[in-house]
Amino acid sequence: MKRFMQWMSFSCLVLCANLSVAQTIAVTGGKLLTQGGAGVIENGTVLMRDGRIVAVGQHVQVPADALIIDATGKIVTPGLFDAYSEFGVTEVSGVDATVDAGQSGERFSASFDVSYAINPRSTLIGVNRIEGITRAAVVPGASWAMPGSIFSGQAAVIDLAGPGKWLTRSAAAMFVHLGESGSGLSGGSRVNAMLVLRDGLEEARDYAGHSHNWEQGAHREFTLKRKDLDALQPVLRGETLLLVAVERASDITQALQLKKDFGLKLAIVGGAEAWVVAADLAAANVPVILDPQRNLPSGFDSLGSTLENAARLQKAGVLIAISDGGTYNARNITQYAGLAVANGLPYEAALRAITLNPARIYGVNTDLGSLEVGKAADLVVWSGDPLELTSFADQVIIRGKNIPMVSRATRLRDRYMNLDEPMPLGYKK
Amino acid sequence: MQQRQKISLFLAAVTLLAACGSEDKPPRVPTPSAIGDTPYTSTYKAMPTQVTLIRNATVLTGEGARIDGGSVLMADGKILAVGAQVEAPADALVIEAGGKWVTPGIIDNHSHLGVYASPGVVATSDGNEISGANTAEVWAEHAVWPQDQGFNTARAGGVTVLQVLPGSANLFGGRGVTLKNVPSRTMEGMKFPGAPQGLKMACGENPKRVYGEKGGPYSRMGNVAGYRKAWVKAAAYKQKWDDYEDGKGDTPPERDLQLDTLMGVLNGEILVHNHCYRADEMVVMLDVAKEFGYKIASFHHAVEAYKIADVLAESGTCAAMWADWWGFKMEAFDGIRENIALVDKAGACAIVHSDSEVGIQRLNQEAAKAMGAANRVGMGITPEHAWTWLSLNPARSLGIAELTGSLVPGKNADLVLWNGNPFSVYSKAEKVYVDGALVYDLNDPAYQAESDFVLGSLDLEGDTQ
Repeated sequence: MKRFMQWMSFSCLVLCANLSVAQTIAVTGGKLLTQGGAGVIENGTVLMRDGRIVAVGQHVQVPADALIIDATGKIVTPGLFDAYSEFGVTEVSGVDATVDAGQSGERFSASFDVSYAINPRSTLIGVNRIEGITRAAVVPGASWAMPGSIFSGQAAVIDLAGPGKWLTRSAAAMFVHLGESGSGLSGGSRVNAMLVLRDGLEEARDYAGHSHNWEQGAHREFTLKRKDLDALQPVLRGETLLLVAVERASDITQALQLKKDFGLKLAIVGGAEAWVVAADLAAANVPVILDPQRNLPSGFDSLGSTLENAARLQKAGVLIAISDGGTYNARNITQYAGLAVANGLPYEAALRAITLNPARIYGVNTDLGSLEVGKAADLVVWSGDPLELTSFADQVIIRGKNIPMVSRATRLRDRYMNLDEPMPLGYKK
Repeated sequence: MQQRQKISLFLAAVTLLAACGSEDKPPRVPTPSAIGDTPYTSTYKAMPTQVTLIRNATVLTGEGARIDGGSVLMADGKILAVGAQVEAPADALVIEAGGKWVTPGIIDNHSHLGVYASPGVVATSDGNEISGANTAEVWAEHAVWPQDQGFNTARAGGVTVLQVLPGSANLFGGRGVTLKNVPSRTMEGMKFPGAPQGLKMACGENPKRVYGEKGGPYSRMGNVAGYRKAWVKAAAYKQKWDDYEDGKGDTPPERDLQLDTLMGVLNGEILVHNHCYRADEMVVMLDVAKEFGYKIASFHHAVEAYKIADVLAESGTCAAMWADWWGFKMEAFDGIRENIALVDKAGACAIVHSDSEVGIQRLNQEAAKAMGAANRVGMGITPEHAWTWLSLNPARSLGIAELTGSLVPGKNADLVLWNGNPFSVYSKAEKVYVDGALVYDLNDPAYQAESDFVLGSLDLEGDTQ
């Protein structure tokens, strides 16, 4: 099954275009914030066919059969990418039966592949996609639902178009807790967390070289289960991102050493004090997924929290993505990006932190993150500046699919807009 | 006001009794009440003030009006004048505010700053007294840690007044306290003089979840029975004190701290702030209030308030809401972005609240999102109207609307100068005033207070590259 999932993720990168709705859509006349080499294009057109962008520019020939979306006076961006979510694996976080985002069992750890549980029909997906979120990294245990081990499991990248080929990439990251939360999960000291992680990686490396002997019973037993050892192989090869939840500067430094020792592809999520070691992060080419709202010493791991974290990291050359991991209000990543701008982050960098940068972090940027020919047809037409509080998504296109701008929430709103109806409101659908 | 009348009536009664009573009678004691519970009295003193005129700003009065190119004059802690043309007295500090906005200070009627302080460790978690489903006897103010850095960051977000409430684990969580958001060594130094206390009550999932494992209530039925049993006792307790006050008997009733609080509500001295999400439950709570003759000042969270906005309008009970929180539990699953605006449209008292040390720093942005969502479906809400959700309506819910909450001559000079449109994500509070005193300045570190905890806790300056 794991191979199948790998195949799916690989094949999706290649084949998804052919599998989506066969339709030609032209978004015309908008101000295109492409996030690609073309930069900003005034009065531009994006032409999409069969789920792919086939032309971007000021002088694009629009075929007669194209569905035309007039974006005159509006702003067009790539679809937004939430870098840290639980889409499809958490419905009502207070109702345990609807939460598959984490586990407390000990049977599996690194092999916990969140994509098995993703429900593309989740209410949260419907609510957020009409506000511009088109892709998301689904990270097991991104919220307070704590996992059973420091290995939280494997994250997936999905689109929010609903049923169909929603899986963009499975095993897009291996998620691990270090620092304070890692300590709590591994025996009361962050030393344990680091040793559990290092031991796991060493075992996986050992297993890779001696799996045959082990199968013959001619090798020592491993602490980790076979599936977990399998899951760590692409991490050791630097193909799968190791995503580490960590806040304190000294813990980030330790994570950087780990990367060096094992040759890993590393990213930090949280990173309240990341700015303190910004130069080291930049030198090691390690991105940070952060929440620009944080400025309080919420714990002893985050005494250095500041609203300027995003700006300082970007200035030092660190690749950043913006998300608070909240999922229900993933739509507010635009506000958080705006807040980062208000605290020194350049505007274009803020927009990239919710479009292209997450795609780069999860290794799907050849397909996603900018309005460029050949990429997946994910875009949003905005009523105004997408980072502004009173702007909204006018139209959302995911994989070339024109998303109906309704959700369970808009239907509730429409039902209760007028309370004085002759019949009970339960009849109003 | 009710309180003052009551005290004066009581004093009159005492005088009368003293005049005709015999000397061997025990001294009369006053009815335990909210404000009479000295010595927990306010020691708040306004910081130094200066006569100040802010000129040429976009002024939102907080009562629904907008004055472009407007001025606000404050002196001795009060607002003296608001309008298009205001003359500056000779000694006034004049602030030219072209392109900037002036609004009343933000009032958050639902905060846990100081009782769930930063850092959020067990040692600082004092917001829920989960030793029993009814802990009406506890007071949030007895646990407020003034060194919570959250007060400072909230001030930088334009919050001048806030109510700190106990949490929502209990049917009766205890008394809330209204504070002026000024740096202080003590809670008493922040306590808003003359503001009534609140009583935190909670509906729904939280009490039954917390106490379902502790002997009950297990269900919403049990929740409501729990309120009613308590109010029955409170009514009897009040009767005893009323009788005593009327001179029936010489021995005062035995004090009961829990019932003191509930009697304070029945006497109109303590305002009920009721955590409640579901529409149907809010209506049941209004029924409970009717049964026992008290008023609910405000529902809090009220995620489904839009379903009963007409009922809220009729009852006069406010709804304090988030702009967009939803989904995290069953009773929050029906949250919609238009909630605040729909409550407002029905003529009910709509409030934007935070319940968060993060959200409280940007309540103006929460209002902006609520306004934006409403206007997207054609509800036509202006910034000057939306500001009523941030100051005057919360002031009403806290019983302090005669003192603050809008830019009206005679009211406390609690206001914010914003460096741009406060409904923009890019704007910040530039200067914040409490009682006419500058308490925060974006551009002057001398007016950016830091808590003891933050001071020197990490030598980051020496650490940076």
